Amino acid sequence: MLNKENIMHIAALARIGLREDEIEKYQRELSLILDYFQKLEKADTENVEPIGHITGINNVLRSDEASENQADLVKGIFENFPATANNKVKVKSILS
Amino acid sequence: MIREINENLKNGKITATDLTRNYLANIKEKDPVIGAFLTLNEEEALKKAQVVDEKIKKGEEIDLLAGIPMALKDNMCVKGMRTTAGSKILDNYIAPFDATVVSKLKQKDAVILGKVNMDEFAMGASTENSAYQKTKNPVDTTRVPGGSSGGSAAAVAGDMAVYALGSDTGGSIRQPASFCGVVGLKPTYGRVSRHGLIAMASSLDQIGPITHNVEDAAIVLSRIAGQDKKDATSAQSGGKFYEDYLQGEIKGMKIGVPKEYFTHGLDEEIKNISFEALEKFKSLGAELVEINLPHSDYALAVYYIIVTSEVSSNLARFDGIRYGLSIDDQKESRIGNGNLLETYLDTRQIGLGDEVKRRIMLGTYALSAGYYDAYYKKAQKVRRLLRQDFEEAFKKVDVIFSPTAPEVAFKFGEKTLDPLQMYLSDIYTVTANLIGAPAISFPVGNVEKEGVSLPVGGQLTGKWFGEEELLNAAYSFEKY
Repeated sequence: MLNKENIMHIAALARIGLREDEIEKYQRELSLILDYFQKLEKADTENVEPIGHITGINNVLRSDEASENQADLVKGIFENFPATANNKVKVKSILS
Repeated sequence: MIREINENLKNGKITATDLTRNYLANIKEKDPVIGAFLTLNEEEALKKAQVVDEKIKKGEEIDLLAGIPMALKDNMCVKGMRTTAGSKILDNYIAPFDATVVSKLKQKDAVILGKVNMDEFAMGASTENSAYQKTKNPVDTTRVPGGSSGGSAAAVAGDMAVYALGSDTGGSIRQPASFCGVVGLKPTYGRVSRHGLIAMASSLDQIGPITHNVEDAAIVLSRIAGQDKKDATSAQSGGKFYEDYLQGEIKGMKIGVPKEYFTHGLDEEIKNISFEALEKFKSLGAELVEINLPHSDYALAVYYIIVTSEVSSNLARFDGIRYGLSIDDQKESRIGNGNLLETYLDTRQIGLGDEVKRRIMLGTYALSAGYYDAYYKKAQKVRRLLRQDFEEAFKKVDVIFSPTAPEVAFKFGEKTLDPLQMYLSDIYTVTANLIGAPAISFPVGNVEKEGVSLPVGGQLTGKWFGEEELLNAAYSFEKY
């Protein structure tokens, strides 16, 4: 069973704010699902390589160049920014 | 259905404009009850229909999909159109580009009626996790349409679109198709480009059609399949005209029946209908072969570890900076001091729903230091064993049959309080995604519940990139 500190730590890593009353709920729910995951312990995976790409594609490369006129796309991306200033995306301070 | 409409358009029995108007009228009449559509694209749809009418008038060749009204799950980007993925965090997001499937459909002059409802970020099996509205099952409006592509299945089953596109990460096309009595196809991983599909779990997600019949699924797949330089995981082999492979003849085809799928927990009635379906396949000349998929019991745990891990990574982009909701004056968060971190915490707290947060946190835990080997790495190993099970099976059989879901459409609220119960709805569908193989759900019978006849779906899983064989098997079943 995950404890209160576990949940707060996971939520902080995941950048999700939690209310006090949510912590207990997630403690219960996440623990239940993690218990279900324990099932895998019984699977014998000795000498089994973890799978990579499922249909076996490997290292698809392309040259790093803009292939079409992107002005319209850039405009659309800008219009979705919650905050902009001087044609740049605006972000809050990272230092207090 | 599509072929017939196409004939009618070409010989002037109906115009694309009238056809589109009819479907828009259907939506206005039925959707206040069903609740499939989130955004209507009325003006553009009629404009496109007009273009098709003019082409027909001039005697130009038109594609099978030209002028055919369809709906898109709201996690596929259409330039200039709101695209929410069923989440409040993308409530005001206007996609600045077309998903590859959308540009392919536009090239064929498809008529896009609008965007339809889904579980938030495609996480769910009932569409109840949508942050916007409940979608009802057109067969019985007291029941869910399945999920996460519940809006797509309900729009097709409710005659509010000729076909729809859905996305399938662990059954999200097939299970709602089964619940609503329509056809749903999840292609091989990589068969269809994922560019412009809002990602849930990138190694599992695949776009596919939900249609009234198998031929329509083949027709739509042919037009959305193919390699795409914008999706590095798209298959390097090209698509095919899958509708050309539907001969309706399966004499000698070997259909695998996995012992593990017909044992514990399966509803008796669904089991019986599945056996009847198998008898029908036999009467059509197919040979039934009992097979073993020894690692089946692990599939759901593997699936939910991989999904939540990929979710925790993919959904990190919803941070209140790049797009969508941005909360900067909430004082509810536990850490933070009015800086960037607080924006992250508050935006994600307010903007994301319960199931999404649950999965992000589970995945964050599974990938965190000290747990990675026990969860994610272990799951990727068992995933290989699952794939090997199927490789072995496909040496003996051509396709594999199972029920699509362990139940018929359930009632609203029946499973929302117990997340694990909801996860169990995916028990027969997740494996096709984990191993990357194509699978189709098609109606095989009905079960009577409280005086309503509810559809049951059968599922066939095919060999990697063997969609033509898979479709032909389902087509033969449907035809006779």
